[in-house]
Amino acid sequence: MDEPPPLSPPAHAAGSGVEDRLQHRAILKVDYKSLQSDLAAAGYIADEALAMALRLCVSLKRPLLLEGEAGVGKTDVAKALAAALKARLIRLQCYEGLDANSTLYEWNYQRQLLAIRTHEHERLSADEIEHHIFSEDYLLRRPLLEAISQRTPPVLLIDEVDRADEEFEAFLMEILSDFQVTIPELGTVTARSIPHVILTSNGTRALSDALRRRCLYSYVDFPDEQKELAIVRARLPGIDQRLAEQAVRFVQLLRHEDLEKKPGIAETLDWASALVGLDLRSLDDDALVLQASLICLLKTEADLKAVPREVAARLVGKVA
Amino acid sequence: MTTIGAERDRSSAGIVARLSGFMAHLRLNGFAVGPGETEAALAFLAAGDLADAATIRLGLKTMLSGDRGQWERFEALFDAYWFGRGVKRAVKSSTIPRGDDRRPEIWRATSAPEGSAESYGPVAKLEQEEGEPPERASAGQLAASRQDLLARTDLRELAGADDVAEAELIAERLARAMRYRLSRRRVPSIRGKVLDLRRSIRRNLSRGGEPIELMYRRRPDRPVNLVLLLDVSGSMKVYSRFLVCFVRGLLGTWIETHAFVFHTRLVHISGVLREHDRLRAMDRLSLMVEGFGGGTRIAGALKSFNDRYAREVLNSRSTVIMMSDGYDTDPADSLVRELARLKRRTRRLVWLNPLLGWRDYTPVARAMAAAMPFIDCFAAAHSLESLAALEAELSRL
Repeated sequence: MDEPPPLSPPAHAAGSGVEDRLQHRAILKVDYKSLQSDLAAAGYIADEALAMALRLCVSLKRPLLLEGEAGVGKTDVAKALAAALKARLIRLQCYEGLDANSTLYEWNYQRQLLAIRTHEHERLSADEIEHHIFSEDYLLRRPLLEAISQRTPPVLLIDEVDRADEEFEAFLMEILSDFQVTIPELGTVTARSIPHVILTSNGTRALSDALRRRCLYSYVDFPDEQKELAIVRARLPGIDQRLAEQAVRFVQLLRHEDLEKKPGIAETLDWASALVGLDLRSLDDDALVLQASLICLLKTEADLKAVPREVAARLVGKVA
Repeated sequence: MTTIGAERDRSSAGIVARLSGFMAHLRLNGFAVGPGETEAALAFLAAGDLADAATIRLGLKTMLSGDRGQWERFEALFDAYWFGRGVKRAVKSSTIPRGDDRRPEIWRATSAPEGSAESYGPVAKLEQEEGEPPERASAGQLAASRQDLLARTDLRELAGADDVAEAELIAERLARAMRYRLSRRRVPSIRGKVLDLRRSIRRNLSRGGEPIELMYRRRPDRPVNLVLLLDVSGSMKVYSRFLVCFVRGLLGTWIETHAFVFHTRLVHISGVLREHDRLRAMDRLSLMVEGFGGGTRIAGALKSFNDRYAREVLNSRSTVIMMSDGYDTDPADSLVRELARLKRRTRRLVWLNPLLGWRDYTPVARAMAAAMPFIDCFAAAHSLESLAALEAELSRL
């Protein structure tokens, strides 16, 4: 079989192409199950699909695009991966109006102005001053530049990429394929290491096909009952086993109701710890307290109205 | 397990051919995979210590899917190709019949990733009704016959190519009228409100850093985003062909536009209308539109829009244009609920009602009356003139 050419990123960015490829081979042999248990040790319960996606993201050095409802733990994946790999986590939160300046680098203008003033008295030429104030000392690194300047590959989390504009998406593609940044005053900065890139999207805007093609893809769904129970028990070790089971089953049923915002894992954890704090032993202990505690799960007025006491009682009847 | 893993050992050339076939299979089913993806998949198969088919399937699924729909269909497609398992079901659930190059595009756009047999329904229905549309009895039909009694200087006469061209021209003028909204992003500019320090310092270096010439940044104009919802039910039938031209005109502009038609269900038609060949696009669409045209479920259609598409196609710059006569068979209170949901996501709601052009028309239809509080601009759409008159109205919004 012919040797396949190196995958993205291109050889010039990744250093020596052949070695890099051999390394791919070596790393690819690692089973995703070991990563799964590493993640579990970091407090994150990942299912097989997600563990495989992260494994490939790390091995192939390709960005991973995670989609799913809000509150299924997409952002936490990056944190857990950083912990599991013992790598640094660099986070870039996207928002509408985000531009290249605030993600790559900025010059420290105040210091530059001061430096110009001081050097004036030393009778330096304009060229010398320019050379001085556009040096690394005056450069403020923003997340993307920071991520490619690390010696050991960090985990780069580009959160809610769908909130940024299309222009930024195009710019991001360029960075993610070349892993180099050109600063006019300094020259081109090439990546010292290829970061593990994780992008998350809530689907507030359709992402471009080009970006989708560049990335590995994984859809993160709400966890099933077993997985959610494992998460609750991992995060709240003190919780009573029976209460945890009831709470998780209640939330699972609640997600089937006609709600505007389905409760995510964070909501389940909030609610479970609220139940512990309220000293409930079982969900059918006190209907009033239970109803009041639902504000941890239901975050809009319409949803609160959609689950009146009768509905809550019906759900409790099924789980208790 | 007799799996690809074992097969790979026997013959690597064989696996390359088989994998290429698999890629072609995926492409037929709407996946955007090219040679790059094939190479990546080969490297994955060659390098990994892949014990069983489930692992391979999971890995390839991660590498080759691009969105949620593909993610959900991948396993069925994989099993169908490599194991010949459930071939029929796999193809059906993909909602894209193989070997047919025309249809898939329509139904990919119209069907949800849920991929049930239900998403096949309209194809069958369409084909049945292509020949002769059966008689339809519904609330919509009543309304339509009532219109027949009214004056005849109506858009239903509109058929000539000139009229179609004019409809598109008007659409373009309208698009221009509501093109821009301010952005939060800032771009360099000579006149602006915010100082651009980076450029100012650079510009004034030659003056020893004395800030003499100041550079500014301003907020640029950003194109609005249009979402068009066109009622193609029986009662709107006489207008829909013309309104479709109008919709197509809007789609052809530089504005980001999404178009949907609805009757008893909602269909996303942007892809169909963007077809370069104008006649073919119109043919395909009128096929879809005419194939339908029964009763109207405005609230139901809005609900599926809110549930499935709203998050993706609506943003802070969106204007929703609803084209309907407001004869709804759903209860009015559910329409109110869905409109309220819609209004939370969009800035402006324009309702174009062909009936508004008639003398003495008042919005008494229950649905129309219920919808009034949510509408920012309520206008007629019964003739080309009435549409052209919208220009001033829409540029104000």
